Amino acid sequence: MKTWRYFVLGMLLVVGAPPMASDTPASFGNPGHAARYDALLEQLRCMVCQNQTLKDSHADLAQDLRDEVRRLLEQGNSDVQIRDYLVARYGDFVLYSPPLKVSTWLLWLGPFVLLALALVVVLRLSRSRAPLALPLDDAERARLHAALNKSADSQP
Amino acid sequence: MRAVPLRFAVPLLLFGGLVMFLGIGLNRDPRLVPSPLIGKPAPQFALGTLATPEVVMTREDLLGRPLLLNVWASWCAGCREEHPLLLELARAGKLHLIGLNYHDELNAGRQWLSERGDPYRHTLFDPEGKLGLDLGVYGVPETFVIDATGVIRYKHVGPLTQEVLSQQLLPLLATLQTATK
Repeated sequence: MKTWRYFVLGMLLVVGAPPMASDTPASFGNPGHAARYDALLEQLRCMVCQNQTLKDSHADLAQDLRDEVRRLLEQGNSDVQIRDYLVARYGDFVLYSPPLKVSTWLLWLGPFVLLALALVVVLRLSRSRAPLALPLDDAERARLHAALNKSADSQP
Repeated sequence: MRAVPLRFAVPLLLFGGLVMFLGIGLNRDPRLVPSPLIGKPAPQFALGTLATPEVVMTREDLLGRPLLLNVWASWCAGCREEHPLLLELARAGKLHLIGLNYHDELNAGRQWLSERGDPYRHTLFDPEGKLGLDLGVYGVPETFVIDATGVIRYKHVGPLTQEVLSQQLLPLLATLQTATK
């Protein structure tokens, strides 16, 4: 009986609420704003702890930027305007997915280029490989027959 | 198809290329994020100073000569590190040094300057980090070079070092100063 209680407790620990730093669902007058606020925070990077989104980060700067996003939302800015506002100050790095432009085409298309190259190499290799079995010449065929006949004869 | 030696070299070359890229990547500082503000006009602001918080200064008050804008806070360890260099610059007296006290308390900021010495002509007081946000500040200390027309020309993130000063900031300021004369 006790074991399963421990089991349930353990599972509760595992499924417990993930530690989110942001104070959502925050007191937005407009419920649509709360959803957009959440979505925006997940796309924006905390510049201090670089592998966290604004949603996850506890850094002071992240709190400032969250307040700023909220302020801009409540002023009626669109998502694009809010992103542009932050990019103008912090650069593309503040976005989790970098925009496709001249300086980032390698980042976006590189994997596909590599895949295409690999396919070309594989195709060329498989074509240029010599066939595994060469046809026997007459002398070899005669020896094979002899050997086969001999073993057939020796069988009872 | 007797080009065996060449074919053996291919993985080696690929590996060499990989090592080269990883080597470059590992030796770069991921905290140095290029600022989109270089070459753009410095943002507008209306802030008091540490000395007189009730008297508002604006961007226009700082125009007319190239300046070094140093973002600092009393809670910032790196600021302590670079402070002697700033004092030295102030003593030399050749350049216009403006402080931006970022996300700090008035008394803490004042005390910090009275204890360590005040290298700044003015220290803007920005307790909410508004100007900091407009300047894209993400790690104090940060130092900006702003020319006489108010355009941001250079940004350094982290404590200033003698090397950064003599190789980057001072030559740039010297050219800006001769340009304005």
